Amino acid sequence: MTDTPAEDLKTVVLDARHRAAGGRMVPFSGYSLPVQYPTGIIAEHKWTREHAGLFDVSHMGPSLLLLKEKSGDAQKDHETIAALVEPLVTGDIRGLKPGQMRYTLLLNDDGGTLDDLMIERPESTGWGGALYIIVNAGTKEADWARIEAAVAGRATLHRADDGGLLALQGPEAAAVAEDLIPGVTALGFMTGGSFKWGGTDLIVTRSGYTGEDGFEILVDAKYTAQLWDALLADPRVKPIGLGARDSLRLEAGLPLYGHDLDETVSPTEAGLNFAISKRRREAADFPGAARILREFAGDLSRLRVGLLVDGAPARDGADILGPDGTAIGKITSGGFSPSLGRAIALGFVPKAFATPGTRLAVSVRGRSQTAEVAPLPFVPHRYYRKPA
Amino acid sequence: MTIRFTKDHEYLRVEGNSAVVGITNFAQEQLGDIVFVELPAVGKVLKQGDEAAVVESVKAASEIYAPASGTVTEVNAALSGDPALINADSEGAGWMFKLTLSAPAEVDGLLDEAAYAEISK
Repeated sequence: MTDTPAEDLKTVVLDARHRAAGGRMVPFSGYSLPVQYPTGIIAEHKWTREHAGLFDVSHMGPSLLLLKEKSGDAQKDHETIAALVEPLVTGDIRGLKPGQMRYTLLLNDDGGTLDDLMIERPESTGWGGALYIIVNAGTKEADWARIEAAVAGRATLHRADDGGLLALQGPEAAAVAEDLIPGVTALGFMTGGSFKWGGTDLIVTRSGYTGEDGFEILVDAKYTAQLWDALLADPRVKPIGLGARDSLRLEAGLPLYGHDLDETVSPTEAGLNFAISKRRREAADFPGAARILREFAGDLSRLRVGLLVDGAPARDGADILGPDGTAIGKITSGGFSPSLGRAIALGFVPKAFATPGTRLAVSVRGRSQTAEVAPLPFVPHRYYRKPA
Repeated sequence: MTIRFTKDHEYLRVEGNSAVVGITNFAQEQLGDIVFVELPAVGKVLKQGDEAAVVESVKAASEIYAPASGTVTEVNAALSGDPALINADSEGAGWMFKLTLSAPAEVDGLLDEAAYAEISK
């Protein structure tokens, strides 16, 4: 959330749609966005877990990074553009196969996290030397400036945040998407492609941030409302606001930038070692590698954990208390889990307290409430992984 | 029986020297799904404007203030098992606590239904 005055808030292409649907508009990352529709956060959350939820995430930062001087050899051009971006992030970008997407982290020189982001290598042969990069809304200007500085004129960054980015998530998302965009279910989790729809081209990735199977669809501004309407015409689909988006990602144990990740938190502390690709680890060629490899080897002062909290929700900033009642860490995001019907939270504790089952406490309004370290995710992921 | 309101969207339903406190229908709509309620201890002495209870929605915690001074005589135990009663019927089954008023004259300073309807448009 930001303190941007209402008159300075940006609006998304679907603003009128959200208002017409009874969306309660709130400021978020400089945009006016619906926190919920009339049915409410819990109903929206459950609908997404059981059917298909449609999220307007057009405030985020989709972009295309295109190599300027292409050799004509798609593989070689990919390697060239990957080499420009890799010094900023932890992921093996060079190793991406056409159509493959990776969750990665943009780091500062101390190994602290500037953003978490998705990078995809577009699949079609005409797209050699291109990367589809989706960053967070609150960090997009700084991220893009950092990427542009790093590529130093050898590639151009085209921001694509003037149209629509829609996320369709839930167990019925695949059936819904296939009806509307034939062929789209050929994608497996964390892959993407370009699909013709009506008179336009959609960039679709099988990804999302709810823990469910689903898709994220980049659509031109002129077609955004049409696609939104077409998806909502399916009775399996309902629009879902920011409130349920947050409770879904919290249950999925996924970190939220600005809360669970910030410039002080390393990927290892955040439990995101999977995002530090093996090749990069071995080469130790990413920002803050010295710190992160030391932490990776076990010299770690704190670790992100899940907590099952008894009683009132413990929210961002609440103290986590050790067995002797002293503060050992802080909650970084927390709230109510509609699926579990109880309070859950993410926070950081010293490694000695990070084992699932460890009994801790949290301080809520000056009172201690019991809490237990829980394995993440709180609710199992149901991504669609294609059979090899 | 008289019903009065605060600008913070609490209601006070007065019957003689005692009163029932809760949040208005407008307030529950604004808060959205209520998932947890923290109520005062029976016997607690509250001054007008004291923080008396907390209502947690999925998104945030909101303090509930005592609309008038008094001693808590009863709390709505049903809310601990079913906090959504406040969403379903905030001015009926979703009441929060009862007070014995220690300064009944304070009631006169609260908003009546017409005045509250103006601020909750």
